[in-house]
Amino acid sequence: MDGNFKDAKVGEQRIRNFNINFGPQHPAAHGVLRLILELDGEIVDRCDPHIGLLHRGTEKLMESRTYLQNLPYFDRLDYVCPMNQEHAWCLAIEKLTGVEVPRRASLIRVLYCEIGRILNHILNITTQAMDVGALTPPLWGFEQREILMEFYERASGARIHANYFRPGGVHQDLSQELLDDIMQWTFEFPEIIDDIDGLLTENRIFKQRNVDIAVISEQEALDWGFSGVMIRGSGMAWDLRRAQPYECYDEFDFKIPVGTNGDCYDRYLCRMQEMRESLSIMQQAIKKLEESTGDVLARGKLTPPSRGDMKTSMEALIHHFKLYTEGFHVPEGEVYACVEAPKGEFGVYLVSDGSNKPYKAKIRAPGFLHLAAMDHICKGHQLADVAAVIGSLDVVFGEIDR
Amino acid sequence: MSEELQELGDLIQGKQPDAVVGFEVNAMNELVMEVAPVALPGFIEFLRSNRHCKFSTLIDITAVDFPSAAKRFEVVYHFLSMYMNHRIRIKALVAEDEVVPSICEVHSSANWFEREVFDMYGILFSDHPDMRRILTDYGFRGYPLRKDFPTTGYTECRYDEEAKRVVYEPVSLVQEYRQFDFMSPWEGAKYILPGDDKAEGAK
Repeated sequence: MDGNFKDAKVGEQRIRNFNINFGPQHPAAHGVLRLILELDGEIVDRCDPHIGLLHRGTEKLMESRTYLQNLPYFDRLDYVCPMNQEHAWCLAIEKLTGVEVPRRASLIRVLYCEIGRILNHILNITTQAMDVGALTPPLWGFEQREILMEFYERASGARIHANYFRPGGVHQDLSQELLDDIMQWTFEFPEIIDDIDGLLTENRIFKQRNVDIAVISEQEALDWGFSGVMIRGSGMAWDLRRAQPYECYDEFDFKIPVGTNGDCYDRYLCRMQEMRESLSIMQQAIKKLEESTGDVLARGKLTPPSRGDMKTSMEALIHHFKLYTEGFHVPEGEVYACVEAPKGEFGVYLVSDGSNKPYKAKIRAPGFLHLAAMDHICKGHQLADVAAVIGSLDVVFGEIDR
Repeated sequence: MSEELQELGDLIQGKQPDAVVGFEVNAMNELVMEVAPVALPGFIEFLRSNRHCKFSTLIDITAVDFPSAAKRFEVVYHFLSMYMNHRIRIKALVAEDEVVPSICEVHSSANWFEREVFDMYGILFSDHPDMRRILTDYGFRGYPLRKDFPTTGYTECRYDEEAKRVVYEPVSLVQEYRQFDFMSPWEGAKYILPGDDKAEGAK
C-alpha cells in the first residue's frame, strides 16, 4: 500500500455537467450572441442560444412609417451587405405596384448586389479564420472591404447605410469613372483572393479546425430550413439567382459552387469560389452598362421628378413634396419577395392595406434559421469548435434580432 | 406558371379536402391556401412528403393581426420546394384564445419561428417543446406586434447611478409620439377638423 485513500469518497462523488455562459460580449460571437453551453468535460451537450439582444423592433417601427422611410431600416439589418437587403424591399413594392425597373437601374442593382456579396464573404472568411487563430487574413481582407465601401460611398454618399436602391430603380446614376474604377478593381482583387487562399486553404491549422466540423447532411439542411451557402455546402445546387431569377440575373453567365461534405471547410471553399463568380458577374454588368444608357428611375408616382422638371413644372414640385411627406400608396394585397443575399434567402412578406404605410412587414432573415440549428449542430462537438461553427454559420445580429 | 399553381392547388385540395378551406392563385402569381388550424401538422406533413408537392423547406412563419376580425390572427406559413421549384403560402385563422398545433415535429426549423410568433403576438402553440420568448427582453410583458401595442412600449430602462443597476420605469415621452395623419381634408376626413368645431354649421 503506497497510500491511504480511505478519506476519498469515490463512490459518493457526483459528476455533474458544467454550464458556461458564452457571450454576450465575446469576440468569437460575431456580435451580441449569448450561448448557454452545457458541457460534459469539453464536449458540448446542449447549446441554448439567447438572441434578441440587438432587437430594435424593426417590424413594429415599419408599420408606422411610409414605404420610403422604411428603406433605410433594411441597411441596418445585415449591415455587412446593406444593399442586398434593400433589394428585397424594393422588389416587394415593385411587385405590388407593378412597376418596371429601367434596364440601367437593373444592371446597377446587380453590380452592387455582387459588391455586397464580396463585402460579406470577405468579412466572413477572414473573421472565421481569426476565430480559429489566424490574424493576417482579416488585415488583408478589410483593406479590400474599405475599397468596396468607397464604391458604395461614391454611388450613394454613405459607406455602409447606403439607402441607394429605391422602389422603381436606384437613387442616382453612376459616373463612367466609377465604373472604370470598379472594373479595374475586379482585375486586381483575384490576387488578394489568391493570397488569402494561400494563407488558409492548405493551412494545417485551418484545416484541422474546419474539416469535418459541423457536418450537415442534405436532409438536415432541408429540415432546418437552410439556404444560401449553408445548403450549397451540403451538396444542393440551389441558388435563387438561378432557380427563380429576379432582376436580370438570367442574362448573366455564372457558376454555382457546391460543396460535397457539408462541413465548415466546404462552406469556406464555396464562399471563396463565389467571390470569383461575383467578380465575373460584376465585369459582365459593367460591360452591359456601357451599352445601356438611360434613366435609372422609373419616373412615376413612386419616384421623384427630375430636378430639371421641378424648376419649371408646378405639378412636379407638388409631386416631389407629396412623395417625401405623405409617400406613395401601395395597392391592397400581399406579396413575398426574396433575394439570394450572401447569407441565404432574404425575404420580405409585405401586407398592404392600400395606405401609404405597410400594414405588416415580416423580414425573413437567413441567419435566424441557421442559428436556430445551433443546438443541433454543436451537440457532440468540442467547446473550441463552437467558435468555428459560429464563424461558418455566418451570423450577423442585425438581421437575426431585427 | 399560374396554371401549374392552379393545378397544384386543385391537387392538394383533392387529396386533403378536410384540411383545406379554400385556395387562390393571386395577382402576384402566388399560391395562397387557407387551412383549418387543427389540421395543420398532418397537412404540412402531406405537403412535405407528397411527390407532387415536396415542400421540403419551411421559409417562414409569421402572423398578421386584424383586431376587428372575428378571428383576430392570421398565422401565415411560407414553404418552398427546392426540388419542384415552387412556393406556397398557408394561412390559418385563429381567435385570440385559440391554440395552434405546433409543426416542430415536421419541420425542426419551426421551433424558433413559433417562439417568435408567440413572443410577438401571444399565439400559443400546443406540443411545442420549448415555448419561451425569444426576441424581447428577459421579463418582458405584452405582445409587441399586436396592433393595440403602442410603438413606444410601456417601459423604458436606464442605468441608475445610485442603485448601480439597470432600472425599468414607465415610458415618459417628452413630446407626443409623432403619428402623422395623411388624410386629406379635401377628400372627406371622417372627423371634425381642429378649429372647425368653433364654426356654427360644423355640428
